[in-house]
Amino acid sequence: LKICVLVKEVPDAAVEKRMDPSTKRLDRSGEKNLNPFDTHAIEAAMQIKEGGAVDVDEIVAVTMGPESAVRALHKAVSLGADRSVHLTDAALENSDVCATGYALAEVLKTESPDLVLLGQQSDDGECYTVGAVVADHLQMPSLTQVIKIDASDGSLRCERQAEYGYDTVEVELPAVISVGDAINEPRYPSLKAIMGAKKKPLETKSTSDAGIDASKVGSDGSRTQVLAINPPPEKAAGEIIEDEDTEETVQKIVAWLDERKLLA
Amino acid sequence: MSGILTYALHYEGEFNKNSLGAVSEAAKLASELGQEAAAVVVGGDDLSDELCSSLGRYGASKVYRAKAPEGLAQPVVDAMAKVIEDNGYTYALFGGGLLGFEIGAGLTARLGAGVTMEVTEVKAQDGKLVAVRPILQDSAVVDVDYVGEPGIIIGRLNAFEIAEQGDGQATVEDVDVQLSEWSTKAKMVERGEQRGADVNIEDANILVAGGRGLGKAENFKLCEDLADALGGAVAATRAVVDAGWYPYAAQIGQTGKTVAPKLYLAAGISGAIQHKVGMQSSENIVAINKDQNAPIFEFSDLGIVGDLHKILPKLTDAVKAKKG
Repeated sequence: LKICVLVKEVPDAAVEKRMDPSTKRLDRSGEKNLNPFDTHAIEAAMQIKEGGAVDVDEIVAVTMGPESAVRALHKAVSLGADRSVHLTDAALENSDVCATGYALAEVLKTESPDLVLLGQQSDDGECYTVGAVVADHLQMPSLTQVIKIDASDGSLRCERQAEYGYDTVEVELPAVISVGDAINEPRYPSLKAIMGAKKKPLETKSTSDAGIDASKVGSDGSRTQVLAINPPPEKAAGEIIEDEDTEETVQKIVAWLDERKLLA
Repeated sequence: MSGILTYALHYEGEFNKNSLGAVSEAAKLASELGQEAAAVVVGGDDLSDELCSSLGRYGASKVYRAKAPEGLAQPVVDAMAKVIEDNGYTYALFGGGLLGFEIGAGLTARLGAGVTMEVTEVKAQDGKLVAVRPILQDSAVVDVDYVGEPGIIIGRLNAFEIAEQGDGQATVEDVDVQLSEWSTKAKMVERGEQRGADVNIEDANILVAGGRGLGKAENFKLCEDLADALGGAVAATRAVVDAGWYPYAAQIGQTGKTVAPKLYLAAGISGAIQHKVGMQSSENIVAINKDQNAPIFEFSDLGIVGDLHKILPKLTDAVKAKKG
């Protein structure tokens, strides 16, 4: 079994995110890190490998992004991936979901995975959607927001929360599964794994290497355009209490609740 | 032809609230564009003529009925792609549930269409639709339009209001859908399983909700004690429900319940958007979180930056003392 894990470099959670007014795209400069949701996908791959129910030959981390995205791949490898593939090309800049999903599907085709795993959303774009876009291009069955995977020969039994409670779905491989953060607690990489990550094979691919039709990606291939960026609707800021003396804090809360007749 | 197509999810003979919101929104927008709104329903024999045509009450003029497995996205993608291709719909619009995201994304790939998600408002201007979407943890709002047709719009949960518009009946048309090979490779084994005890949080005037910040399942006792003192009930985030700390029936948010009590006290909840959509209409929101940058402070009326393990027990005592 060959597992590809889609990963993404995102601005670090501590960095304030902003839109670039000139391009009307997310400004992706500043400190970056591996998308936290993706660490759950790598951990899920590791647990399938270590679970012993199926033989996992290889776990490959795959990303699309600028040169700096290599760091996200190093992190992914330190968490357990055997090698990585980096799709990078100026032609891919400013791709929307439609274009990104197409490009990722094409690069995945060059790997012929039995299973594609990814995090259910990225910390920056909040898209939720890339897994299902990729799956349709690859003509594979797909589920998103999965919180439990039991692997067996040729299929996966997946659980997730849907509109009416928990659903259990049997999915034949090859498949594309996006996982929720409740699926596992990702391990921390060992120092040895961190040091060794840069030595694992990393393949860099351009759009032409991956057989991507350049007219279907980037700004030209995108099917949406941002017309305007506006500040959010005004909401009066709430009162904030820093808890220093807890007795005093709770008295303030009680007074606040009482004023609003919530302690009747 | 042109028009707006939606998907209406049903379960045990009833349509989903979000779907009815999407149908209502599609009907409103279609009339502004001088077009018609239609809906696709997918399922088995429980999709009676009567049930399907009842979508007319929310403004759908036509309902396409496809027989295919229900509860999974890919068969619906097959059905909607066929209806769009055969009839030339210019937009597909979805409510904010899990399936809406998956179906919308599948159609994006199948039809090479533009998609917007977490949409909170749709505007009809110059004969086209523009989707309004908050981004970056709601710190900005973007207006997005589509290049080419169709355009896919995936709403945020509860973004579209249900609007009954008379007692109209929609015409029901059966669609013969050839499922894609890969759409048959996922099979529902069990659907809608309820886990944990049943609790009723929708009618409570006061809710004390707990999140990951509680640290462990046992600490829900802190929320229960405060809820008892306040005369309220206990609710939970998806993260802690999925972790098995609290029953699913108490879950607020995107895949849980939507509530609007007089008081919503959130303990150890960061306020991710999936949670926010389920409780943002509460009259008074009080948040306790040790992280001063937690998004919940951006939409709470009273925010306390501090350790809930210290604050909750003392607050419970103080509330009891005040109430006598």
